[in-house]
Amino acid sequence: MRARDPKIRSTDFKEVALGLTEKQAVKEARRCLQCKKPKCVAGCPVEIDIPAFISYLRDTDFSGSLRVLRKYNMLPAVCGRVCPQENQCQGSCVLQRKGSPIAIGALERFVADYEMKKGITEKAEREKPNGHRVAVIGSGPAGLTAAADLAKFGYEVTIFEALHEAGGVLVYGIPEFRLPKKIIQREIEFVKSLGVTITLNWVVGRTQTVEELFSEGYESIFIGVGAGTPQYMNIPGANLNNVYFASEFLTRVNLMKADQFPKYDTPVKKAKKVAVIGGGNVAMDAARTAQRLGAKKVYIVYRRSEAEMPARLEEIEHAQEEGIKFEFLTSPKEILGDERGYVKGLRCDRMVLCEPDASGRRRPECSGEDFVLHVDQVIMAIGQTSNPILVKSVKGLDLWGAGYIVTDNEGRTNLPGIFAGGDISTGAATVISAMGAGKRAARSIHEYIMDTSSRTSPQKALSKR
Amino acid sequence: MYRIVHKETVAPQVDAMIVDAPYIARHHQAGNFVVLRIHEKGERIPLTIADSDKKEGTITLLFQKIGKTTEELGTLKAGQSIMDIAGPLGHATPIEIYGHCVLVGGGIGSATLFPILRALKARKNKITVILGARTQDLLVWEDRFREYADTVLLTTDDGSSGRKGLVTEALKEVLDSAKVKIVIAVGPIRMMQAVSEQTRPYKVRTLVSLNPVMVEGTGMCGACRVSVSGKTRFACIEGPEFDGHEVDFQELASRLGFYRSEEAQAMEAFRKKCKGKCRSKGVK
Ligand SMILES: Cc1cc2nc3c(=O)[nH]c(=O)nc-3n(C[C@H](O)[C@H](O)[C@H](O)COP(=O)(O)OP(=O)(O)OC[C@H]3O[C@@H](n4cnc5c(N)ncnc54)[C@H](O)[C@@H]3O)c2cc1C
Ligand SMILES: Cc1cc2nc3c(=O)[nH]c(=O)nc-3n(C[C@H](O)[C@H](O)[C@H](O)COP(=O)(O)OP(=O)(O)OC[C@H]3O[C@@H](n4cnc5c(N)ncnc54)[C@H](O)[C@@H]3O)c2cc1C
Ligand code: SF4
Ligand code: SF4
Ligand code: FES
Repeated sequence: MRARDPKIRSTDFKEVALGLTEKQAVKEARRCLQCKKPKCVAGCPVEIDIPAFISYLRDTDFSGSLRVLRKYNMLPAVCGRVCPQENQCQGSCVLQRKGSPIAIGALERFVADYEMKKGITEKAEREKPNGHRVAVIGSGPAGLTAAADLAKFGYEVTIFEALHEAGGVLVYGIPEFRLPKKIIQREIEFVKSLGVTITLNWVVGRTQTVEELFSEGYESIFIGVGAGTPQYMNIPGANLNNVYFASEFLTRVNLMKADQFPKYDTPVKKAKKVAVIGGGNVAMDAARTAQRLGAKKVYIVYRRSEAEMPARLEEIEHAQEEGIKFEFLTSPKEILGDERGYVKGLRCDRMVLCEPDASGRRRPECSGEDFVLHVDQVIMAIGQTSNPILVKSVKGLDLWGAGYIVTDNEGRTNLPGIFAGGDISTGAATVISAMGAGKRAARSIHEYIMDTSSRTSPQKALSKR
Repeated sequence: MYRIVHKETVAPQVDAMIVDAPYIARHHQAGNFVVLRIHEKGERIPLTIADSDKKEGTITLLFQKIGKTTEELGTLKAGQSIMDIAGPLGHATPIEIYGHCVLVGGGIGSATLFPILRALKARKNKITVILGARTQDLLVWEDRFREYADTVLLTTDDGSSGRKGLVTEALKEVLDSAKVKIVIAVGPIRMMQAVSEQTRPYKVRTLVSLNPVMVEGTGMCGACRVSVSGKTRFACIEGPEFDGHEVDFQELASRLGFYRSEEAQAMEAFRKKCKGKCRSKGVK
C-alpha cells in the first residue's frame, strides 16, 4: 500500500498509509481466484464473505461491495486499517503460499473510504421498534457493534461510556496517524443514526449500578468495558518522573490532544531520547508518537526476537522506515534516575533464546551481559489488564484470571440478562474480535429477550386481571 | 453539560460551586471525588465532592485557584455549565464506629473533610477537628465544622486565628490526652506527612488523602500511581486514601512537580487571554 514519505510523516500526525487508488484496487481485486472453498474467510474472525465483496469490486460496483462488508463488519474503514491481516484473512489466502496474498485489508479500506469520499451515506435499515430496552456499557468496538445490531433488531439502546468521548481504544489508544479520528466519528454517527443514545461521563458501577439499570427498565445489559488498566513493570525506578505507561502517554496525546498544548490544556513531556518497552501495537504506537512529538532517538526494547513481536507487520515496517531503533533480546531491569528524580537511563540485560519449551515457545534467557541505554524518557507498553470498577460492582459475576468476565461463545455470562464481550472477556485482543463478540452477544440478547418476554407475558397478562 | 446552580468565594483564591449532577449526588459517599473538564480544550482535573444534596440532585465542589484550570473554573458563574463531570470516583472513606476520631485539615483540604466528619458523626463517633491555615482568611467552613464536631481546634501560622503554630502541635496534645482511634488528614503533602510522623509513635491508624496528578480517574492510565508499603497503587481506583505510615511522600511530591513548567506556561497564556479578569497575580 502507498504510504507517505517516512521523513515527512514522522514529524506530523497525519495518516501514514494512503490506501489504494481506484485503479489499484480493481486490479488487485481481479487477482483474486474467487476460490470455491475460500481459505481467507476462515482466517477472518467475523467470517466476512471475502470473495463476494471482492467480486463486486472487480466489477467496480463499490456500493455492492460495501453492502457485503457491512453485513458482517460494522467498521470496515477501521478494520481495513488496523486488523493484523497477516495473521488473519490475508495470512490464510491461498496465494500466501506463492508469497503474494490478496491485500484484503487494503481492499476493505478502499471500499469503506470510497463511500466516505463520495459522501454516500448508508441508509440505516432497522426493524420497527419492539419496545424493549437494552443498556450497553462501554463504547469500544464491542459495545458499538452490539448496540448497532440491537438497534437494527428494533431495540431501544443506550450506551453508557465512562470517558467524555465515545470509541474506546479507537479514540484514546490508537493514534491519529494510524486511524484518523474523523473515521471513528463517522462510524459513531452511523450508530447514532440507528437511534442509539450515547451517554458520556457515565462510569457504570459508580455513577449508576447495574442493578439500577435493570430497575430503570433495561431488560438486558451488554458489558464491553475493555481491558484498560495498564500492566505494571516491577523494576526499580518505575515511578520516576518521565516514566509513562503507554496508556497515559497515548491518552494524553490522542484523547486530550496534548500534542497541541498549550492550545489544549493537557501537557505531555517531550523528550530527546525515549525507550519504549514492549513489542506489541501499543509499543509501536507509543514509539511513533514520541518521535512525532520531537524525540531525536526512539528505541523499542523487546525481550524476544523480531519473529515473536506481536505487533502488526505493517506497523513494525512503518516504525522501522521512520527510524525507530529496535533493541531485540533486551530485557529492562532498572530505570536509572538523577538526583531530581528524573529518568536518565535504562539498564537492560542482553537475552539469548533457549530451545523451544513444551509449548513450543522459545523463552529468552539472560546472557549475563548488561548495558545502559541513555534515555530521558521511558514508556512501558507491556500490556493491559481488566479494570476492576465495573466488574467488581456486579455481585456474583463469574470471573477468570486477572478479573476477566467468563462468557460462553455467545456472550452469555453466568448471570441472567447480563452479557459481555471484547477485551473484558478475552483479555487484550483485537478490534475485529471485539466486534465479533459484540455481534454474537447482540444475537444472544435478542434471543434472551424474545424468549423471556414470550414466557413472562402470559404471567403478566394474568397478574393484570 | 452540568449546570452551575450557585457559586461563591469562600476565602481568598478559594471558590465553592454547587453543580447539578443528580446521579453523582445520589451515589456520593464521603471521600469520593469527581473528574471534570470545563470545555472541549480543557484538562481533566479531580476535585473532591465537598458536599452533596441527594434531594436537590446537586454536588458542591470547593477549589483553590492555583493554576490555569482552577482559575478558569473560577471565572464561571451560576447559570453557566461545565462540559464534563464524571463520578463519584475513588473509594469511600471507611466509616465505622471508632470512638474518638481526629480529623486534620490543612488549607483547602479542610473542606474535603466535611462529608467525612458528617458521616462519622452519624455513626456517633466523638470527633476532634483540627484545622490549620497560613492565616485566618484561609480557614474555610469553620462554622460547618463546629455544627458537627465535638471540638474544633484552629491553628494559623501567623496566629491570626486560634493558636499560632502547626496542626501537628495541636494534634500531639490531643494524642497525649485522649485515646484516639483514627486520624484522617487531608491537606498539603508536607502536612499529611508531618501528621503521619506525629501519629506513628502512638501507633494510631492514620489515613491520608493523596492528590497525585490524574488524567482520566478511572484506572486506565496509571498517571496517579503512588508507592504505599513499597507497592505501586493507583490512587484513583485504590485510593485516594491510604495508610499515612506507609506512603512514600517524597516520591509523590516529586511526581506532583513534574509538569511545573507546562503549568506555568498554561497559566501565563491564560492570564494574557483574560486580561486581568482572572484575579490571580503571583501564582507560583
Ligand atoms: C494503543 C493500542 C493499539 C492497538 N492497536 C490495535 C490494532 O492495530 N489492531 C487491533 O485489532 N487491535 C488493536 N488494539 C487492541 C484493540 O484496540 C482492542 O482489542 C479493542 O479496542 C477492544 O475493544 P473493546 O470494545 O472490548 O474495549 P475498548 O476499546 O477498550 O472500549 C471499552 C470502553 O469501555 C469504557 N468503560 C470502561 N469501564 C467503564 C464503565 N465502568 N462504565 C462505562 N464505560 C466504561 C472505556 O472507557 C472504553 O471506552 C490496540 C490497543 C491499544 C491500547
Ligand atoms: C483526588 C483528588 C482530589 C482533589 N480535590 C481537590 C479539591 O477538592 N479542591 C482543590 O482545590 N483541589 C483538589 N485537588 C487538586 C486539584 O486537582 C488541582 O489543584 C488541580 O488539578 C490544579 O489544576 P490547575 O490547572 O488549576 O493547576 P496547575 O497549574 O495545572 O497545577 C497546579 C498543581 O496542581 C496539581 N495538579 C495539576 N494537574 C493535576 C491533575 N490533573 N490532577 C491532580 N493534580 C493536578 C499539581 O500539584 C500541580 O503542581 C484534588 C486532587 C486529587 C488527586
Ligand atoms: S475484518 Fe479484518 S480479518 Fe476480516 S477480512 Fe477484514 S481485514 Fe481481514
Ligand atoms: S483465498 Fe485469496 S484468492 Fe481465494 S478467495 Fe480468498 S482472497 Fe481470493
Ligand atoms: S488517573 Fe488514570 S489511572 Fe488513575
